[in-house]
Order: sequence, then C-alpha cells, then structure tokens
Amino acid sequence: MELHYDTIEQLLETARQEGCRLSHLVLQQQAIEMECSPESIFERMEYQYDVMTTAVQKGIQPGVRSNSGLTGGDAHRLTKQIDEQKHLCGTFFTGALARAMAVAEINAAMGCIVAAPTAGSCGILPAAVITMQEEKNLSKKDCIMSLFTASAVGMVIAKNACLSGAQGGCQAECGSAGAMAAAAVVELAGGTPDMIGHAVAIAIKNTLGLVCDPVAGLVEIPCIKRNASGVSNAFVAAELALSGIESAIPADEVIAAMKNIGDSIPASLKETGEGGLAATPTGQRIFRQIFGTDPLQT
Amino acid sequence: MNVFDIVGPVMIGPSSSHTAGAVRIGYVAGLLLGKPAVKAEIHLHGSFAKTYKGHGTDKALIAGILGMQPDDERIRTSPQLAAKTGLAVTIIPVFIKDAHPNTARILLTGKDGEQIEVQGSSIGGGNIVINQINGLEVEFTGQSDTLIVLHRDTSGVIAAVSHYLGELGINISNFRLSRSEKGGIAIMTIEVDGKVETLMNEHISGMPNILRSIALRLH
Repeated sequence: MELHYDTIEQLLETARQEGCRLSHLVLQQQAIEMECSPESIFERMEYQYDVMTTAVQKGIQPGVRSNSGLTGGDAHRLTKQIDEQKHLCGTFFTGALARAMAVAEINAAMGCIVAAPTAGSCGILPAAVITMQEEKNLSKKDCIMSLFTASAVGMVIAKNACLSGAQGGCQAECGSAGAMAAAAVVELAGGTPDMIGHAVAIAIKNTLGLVCDPVAGLVEIPCIKRNASGVSNAFVAAELALSGIESAIPADEVIAAMKNIGDSIPASLKETGEGGLAATPTGQRIFRQIFGTDPLQT
Repeated sequence: MNVFDIVGPVMIGPSSSHTAGAVRIGYVAGLLLGKPAVKAEIHLHGSFAKTYKGHGTDKALIAGILGMQPDDERIRTSPQLAAKTGLAVTIIPVFIKDAHPNTARILLTGKDGEQIEVQGSSIGGGNIVINQINGLEVEFTGQSDTLIVLHRDTSGVIAAVSHYLGELGINISNFRLSRSEKGGIAIMTIEVDGKVETLMNEHISGMPNILRSIALRLH
C-alpha cells in the first residue's frame, strides 16, 4: 500500500481501494515513513490527545486569564450556561464551543496545548473530537485514530496552500483546522471517504478569505472566538457531508482557491497586527494599553 | 513532514514562533554556555521587541536558558524561577540590521565569568535558526543532532574531527566553518545523520586545539 499526501483525492482513492478507514492507512504509512512501529506512533498521538483533553479540562475552570490580561474566562461562561440549562443549542453544540474556547484560552494563558495545525487554531480539532467522544460515547482509541485522518488533511493543505496566518491569513489556520476537524468527525461518525472529501471542501469554502488581524499582534482577539466559530464550521461541514450533501467544487480545487486568495490578501491582514480589527480605534487603544506605545510609531 | 508536524508540537502557548521558538533559542544559549548562568542580557529585535510582553517571549527565553523545553508548564513562572536560582535578567529591545523579525541576541555570563553570546531567529512553527555565536556567523536549526566545535584556527583540526566522525560511521549532513580572523577562534557547526553521543563530544573536546565541543539535540 502506498499513500501520498499530494491531493485529498489521492488519499480518498487509496481509502476506497483498501476499503478501510483513512486513519488506519495514515498510521501504517507514517510508521514506515518514521521508521518506528505503528504502536509507538499511536502512543505518541495518544499523548497529544491527552494534552488536548487536559487543556479542555483546565480551560473550562473559572479564573483562566491570558498572559496579557486581555482575555480569559469565556469558556467557563459557556460551561456555566450549560450547567444552568440556559444554553440555546444543546449540550453537543454549546459544549463544543466551550471546549474550543477552553483550549484557545489556555493557549493565551501560557498553558500547554497541541498546535493543530497552529497554536492560534489549537482549540478546533480537540473540541470536535472530544465532543464526539463524550456525546457519542465513542472509544478513546477511535478518537485518537481520527487525529491521523485530520493530520493527513492538514498535510495536503500544507503542501498545496499553507497553514500559517502570516502566509495565508486566518483561513489557513482556523479554516484548515476546521477542515481537519470535519474530516475527523466524518470518520468518527462512520462516513465514507467521499463524505470526508466533501466535508473538507465545505469547511474550507466557509472560511475562504478570512483574514488574520489580531489586535496588538497577540493570539487572543479575535483568535479565541474564531476557535469557537471554527469548531461550529467543522460540525456544519460534517453534518452536511454525512447527509449526502456534496460540495460542487472538489476539495483539492477549494484548497487551490484558498492558496490563491491567501496570496492576494495584503500583508496588513496577514498576522502583522496592522489592519482589520487591529487597526480599529479600540484595537489601537488595546495596543497602547499593553505595550505603552503608539501602534503607528512602532 | 509527518503527522506530528500537523498535530503538534505539544507546546506552551500562545505562539509557536514567539513562545515555543523562543524557548528553543534560550535553550541553545544555555547549552552553549555549558553551566548555570548568573546573568542574561537579552536583546530583542523586530516583532520580538514589539510584542514580547504579550506573547511571553521574555518568559520563554528565560525558561530556555534555565534548560526548559517548549512544553514545560513552568515557562509561565520562569522569571521567578530565574530570581530563585540566582539568574539576573535584563531585557533590551534593540534594532539588529538585516535580522529576521523574530530575533533574540543573548549574552550569558556563568558564575566564573565565562561568557557566550548567541543570536537566533524563530522562523515559524517553533522552528529556529541560530545565526551567530560570539559574533561569528553560524547556521544551524537543531532539527538534526549538531556538534558545535570551538577551536583554534590552525591546520588539521577540521580533518581530525571529520576523520574521527568518519571512523565512527557518522555521516555529516551539513558542515559550516566560521572564523574571526586567521589564526583566531573558529567555530565548526556539524550537523549529522543519526545521533551525537556524549562520549563523542568528550573525545572531540580532548583533541588538540579544540577549545570546546558542544552536542546539541533539540528534537
């Protein structure tokens, strides 16, 4: 069996031919690639999953505060809303939002996270997979395996577009994370390889053009809330794909479009903290509050 | 690229370049000094200089100097730990000509007055490049095992070291030499396939005209 990460279609075609879960193929291939046993690679992924789980647990507690002092406590607010039965969207969905923000807030608070694919978008994949485990009573093993499927999608995006806000805007970070999470969720829900492809396409389409405009250049505003919207996007894409809804544009063409759009986004909207929300009067006031200098003179 | 480049690294937030990469630069500096530092003068350039407070870049660099890795939960409290262990830290925003936007230059002093100056850049995703040691140009990433060999610039030294590595069956994947002046202090940076063992390092340190050899394993 050969597995290549050049296109989503190649990945799916191999999964169709082999008649097994994509995650299984990725694990086997990576074991060969990294010259270690599949067991040791699985164990290492289990460690990543445990770090994710701990970050969720810590992040939903009260008292989380970012290093800059700007953010924190929002995951706890959502959790409290669920505990008091005041939430609108059901425990599955609101729980996922809380988990995504929990991990992103832990990141801003200098806690331990797993970049997935980046630190700025680190809440989306854990929130999607841990929500599936808890709400659908899935085995931890299946959830860990789904991270291999997510990684494979991430590798294709990295090869054909990029994964950093500085290069491609937020679409490359939270958009890619949403696509990776959508693929993991479809696999966990028993979807077909084709459904994974459509979920990836839909997730990225929904975030095309999203710019990276962090206030004061910090991974907080709007990054933390975009992790919440990122996991919601992952479930939107997965739910649509699992219902048999297809993306008119195939995933690989959507990824190519993301690359083209990323190249056209001006530098001021690619993690420089110069445009968009960072350039608003409030964004500039926050900059002065944190750094004590005028943003325009720096 | 493998799955752990995508779902990984495990790191202390908030930023792979401004935090995780910064820990690594500090770690290399500490390793190069080779003993506990009592004084650290940290010069920050570009985005590091502008945003270090918010990103905790200062804490990350200090943590690295103290020997921590990017996933160490104590990074957040590293300034207090430094104070406790007797490391005095100064942070100075500077402009370094032609440097990468995320660059730190660290001058470390050990308790017997020995000093080392290391300049490194955080180039994204937690990856780093060390560009200068004691003002001499170097270039290594720590992605593979690396030997940093400070030696007197005289004939036969490079041959002796490479011959020794060859005898052990170790393949050199990248070699770079830098020197201050003819006959002065020179630095070999030798990246290898496979592993650098502590014993090898000790052997090289004992060779003629070698001032110090340091083994680096970052990954």
